[in-house]
Amino acid sequence: MSTPLPTKAIPAKLGVGPHGLAALDYSILQQCMHCGMCLPSCPTYLETKRERHSPRGRIALMRAIADGEYAVTREFGEEMYYCLGCLACTTACPAGVNYAELFETARADIEQHRVLDTPARRGIRWFALRLVFTRPRLLKVLGRLLWLYQRSGVQTLLRKIGLFSLLPRRLRELEKQTPEVRTQFSDSLVKEVEAPYGPKRHRVAVLTGCVQDILFSEINHATVEVLRENGCEVFTPRNQYCCGSLHAHNGDPEAAKDLARRQIEMISPESVDAIITNAGGCGSHLKHYDTLLADDPRYAARARIWSNKVHDIHEWLVKISFRKPKEAPQQDQVITYHESCHLCHGQKIVSQPREILRSLPGMTLRECAQSSHCCGSAGIYNLTQPATAASLQAQKVARIRETGAHVVATSNPGCHLQLQIGLRDADDSMIEVSQPVLLLARAYAEERRHRTMKR
Amino acid sequence: MPPAVSPLLQDLQAELPAACLLTDRADLITYAYDGTAAMRQLPLAVVLPLTADQIQATLGIARKHRTPVVTRGSGTGLSGGSIPVANSIVITLVRMDRILELDTRNLTLLVEAGAITQKIYEAADAAGLFYPPDPGSMKISTIGGNVAENSGGLRGLKYGVTRDYVMGMEVILADGKRCWLGSRCVKDVAGYNLRDLFIGSEGTLGIVTQVLLKLLPKPAGRQTLLASFTSMEDAAETVSQIIAARIVPCTLEFLDRKTIQCVENFTRVGLPVDAAALLLIETDGHPAAATEEAQKIEDLCHAHGASSVRRARDSAEAVQLATARRSAFSALARLKPTTILEDVTVPRSELAGMIREVALIAERWNVEIATFGHFGDGNLHPTILTNERDLEEMKRVEHAIDAIVEAALARKGTITGEHGVGLAKKQFLRRQIGDSSHQLLTLVKRSLDPDNLLNPGKIFDLPPFADHHVDAPAH
Ligand SMILES: Cc1cc2nc3c(=O)[nH]c(=O)nc-3n(C[C@H](O)[C@H](O)[C@H](O)COP(=O)(O)OP(=O)(O)OC[C@H]3O[C@@H](n4cnc5c(N)ncnc54)[C@H](O)[C@@H]3O)c2cc1C
Ligand code: SF4
Ligand code: SF4
Repeated sequence: MSTPLPTKAIPAKLGVGPHGLAALDYSILQQCMHCGMCLPSCPTYLETKRERHSPRGRIALMRAIADGEYAVTREFGEEMYYCLGCLACTTACPAGVNYAELFETARADIEQHRVLDTPARRGIRWFALRLVFTRPRLLKVLGRLLWLYQRSGVQTLLRKIGLFSLLPRRLRELEKQTPEVRTQFSDSLVKEVEAPYGPKRHRVAVLTGCVQDILFSEINHATVEVLRENGCEVFTPRNQYCCGSLHAHNGDPEAAKDLARRQIEMISPESVDAIITNAGGCGSHLKHYDTLLADDPRYAARARIWSNKVHDIHEWLVKISFRKPKEAPQQDQVITYHESCHLCHGQKIVSQPREILRSLPGMTLRECAQSSHCCGSAGIYNLTQPATAASLQAQKVARIRETGAHVVATSNPGCHLQLQIGLRDADDSMIEVSQPVLLLARAYAEERRHRTMKR
Repeated sequence: MPPAVSPLLQDLQAELPAACLLTDRADLITYAYDGTAAMRQLPLAVVLPLTADQIQATLGIARKHRTPVVTRGSGTGLSGGSIPVANSIVITLVRMDRILELDTRNLTLLVEAGAITQKIYEAADAAGLFYPPDPGSMKISTIGGNVAENSGGLRGLKYGVTRDYVMGMEVILADGKRCWLGSRCVKDVAGYNLRDLFIGSEGTLGIVTQVLLKLLPKPAGRQTLLASFTSMEDAAETVSQIIAARIVPCTLEFLDRKTIQCVENFTRVGLPVDAAALLLIETDGHPAAATEEAQKIEDLCHAHGASSVRRARDSAEAVQLATARRSAFSALARLKPTTILEDVTVPRSELAGMIREVALIAERWNVEIATFGHFGDGNLHPTILTNERDLEEMKRVEHAIDAIVEAALARKGTITGEHGVGLAKKQFLRRQIGDSSHQLLTLVKRSLDPDNLLNPGKIFDLPPFADHHVDAPAH
């Protein structure tokens, strides 16, 4: 089943013919009228107040490249990897600039031109993008090894002897951030097909995600449970592929396309009412398979069906008028909500998670200032730009703490982790990080417990 | 081998911290524009000072090397004011954005010139005070840019423009001298009013580093109305009636059909997309007065053909509607690649006629024009929707712009109500003010900036002082 993707080498020299920014539909670049309305929403601009670190500046650079006045240089490469890809600019932009497309094209161009290339970077990219994140089994084996390493006491031991202090700072930070791997992945928590509790009204497929599955498999379990509670028969394919968002956002569109085709094969979109995703970043990408595969004669039509059926879990629950829980998941708790960028800016899903949180008995939602500002996680940004990521993380944690909430809910594994680490490093904080579906599933479970107790 | 560093750059590097000086081509490209359509020019270097001393030092170096200096805020200007001139140094004040002192006894606020207008509004608001000027770009424009352009805003009808709130300011002149213009007193007639000369001088007379602003008590009540009309005539007539009824709302804005559709497309606040014209009206003041005025206005709207009037339920909805109006210009970019915003103002009694004429001009030159603006001030923004790459169409666009300007002047109007002359309007300035006034402007410039160092080529063309005598003709 899981034949590896062709890891065909990208030609060392540029192919003939137009490509990248130069070949992009020019009107997408022209759409930006440099009014500057996006600047106050851009985290990187706010950090430095330097125009090139703003959406308007980045688009100006791209346009200069398309106009042949500037080349894809190392500076440009660094600039585009300094951009978080958080898409806050697209929400702010009155002119409707499609920054998501510009961003992906620019990063692909940078990879094609190899302006950031070093042997180490090439190695890491090949290992991550082409090897690990295209082979679900390998990813899980690695996850399992990481778990063993953490559980066997080796990690604690090494941490104790201070061996890590020998590592360079960057790696040391990384080691501190290795999250706790789950003991069980989704495949062992949910069956391939789960029946609804009660009459069946819909048939849906659930995507388990890569990082989500290794670090937060209980959220996948919770997703399946809330769907079953709401009349859905749930199909969760085994050994799922990565959705390809990692590849699309990191300049590897070819691998992203291959993975998209595999996803479509894995879940025939025709066979379900909805395809459910619970990670903001994946969802944002999954909804764009139609444009990603628009030129693929074999898959274009199915990709359109696919894109129409992909729903974020919160979006779907509100769409099918989810049942309000009768019991509290936790008593007398104040909860606040941190919006994952790709959910609110990428998918424009803003009210639905809040509606779910407000439906929880015993919990009060208190808004946090700038809830839609990036937390600095942004894919692997906290590894590639540790200083900026840390600054954004600290700002986010401070704003969460200002609310006095006991729980902060979010809806993307990257944000979840970033908040956990940020709150942990803020020491005295007892704020729990959770997700709306997790709380909802807990409330439903509480209900069931009460019912059985009464009997 | 890296290219040899020019003596100018060497001097700048010696004087400024590395993080304050940008010379990379990538950086230069990103300071080549402002909000004005179809104009670009790369500078030599960009300076992001943190202190006034650094500005003085930069000016000294610029003088030494006879290199022009272009001051910049956030680059949202719409007349090309902060677009660099060839071989210039750009000084952008965005990092000098501190709020220095809030004096609640004298109701003043002292800020650095790079402070964002919205932040100023918020700082005042938090103290129960009110800073009224609110240009559409207030979320990102700097107070220095507002002062340099004498920016107006949505509340201009009742509260006036930036000029009405500047009590004093610190400026650095072309020769590097730092001086304070204006005072902390409400009344002050000591000497010429140089403060007002600098307000609206578009970065050509000096660099503003600090501004002392006057604040008002926050109005206790506010009512926001949205009235839709099936014809622009009805809307214009309603406005005349409101003014004739001696009611001064704080905001009286209008949008035409195209603008309504684009704005709704972005904001989704439920604007009536089939209306031909929309008026956004706000009253404020004592809650009872604000409500009473709003009721009178609502009645007048109904009496003059409004198809519906919506009243904002709460302040959140009011803010939403004002924000929608503020995004009008940028939202129009959804229709065509290039949006060229005009800024003519006519006496208010001429508004309806001016709007009709803009429609005729659009027809005559076969160009697409959407119009919105500050109805209460007579300030119209006919916005030409085009594509700068279509050279044939751009020719017609130029004719249309010329015709709009002529029409405004024929009605005793002005070529710019708030955006300034900059590069975009300098060809029209003489037509409006006449030869002798025009010459007077250049004389003022020459006496304050004899080397024509600061933002040369903006407002008017003036040859470098060294080659021309003071009383030589301006051309
Ligand atoms: C979407 C949008 C809506 C707008 N709405 C309005 C509106 O409602 N009303 C209105 O009046 N304008 C409006 N504008 C125009 C523009 O925002 C204003 O002119 C604003 O004041 C410019 O501020 P800035 O900080 O961006 O200045 P910039 O554009 O950077 O500079 C403008 C001019 O000021 C000079 N300057 C800047 N800072 C200084 C300083 N510290 N000292 C001396 N000179 C300086 C520059 O040299 C230049 O000539 C709008 C613009 C946009 C894009
Ligand atoms: S808001 Fe949109 S149009 Fe304006 S500068 Fe930003 S990206 Fe460009
Ligand atoms: S994606 Fe985020 S970081 Fe990048 S330009 Fe847009 S707002 Fe700024």
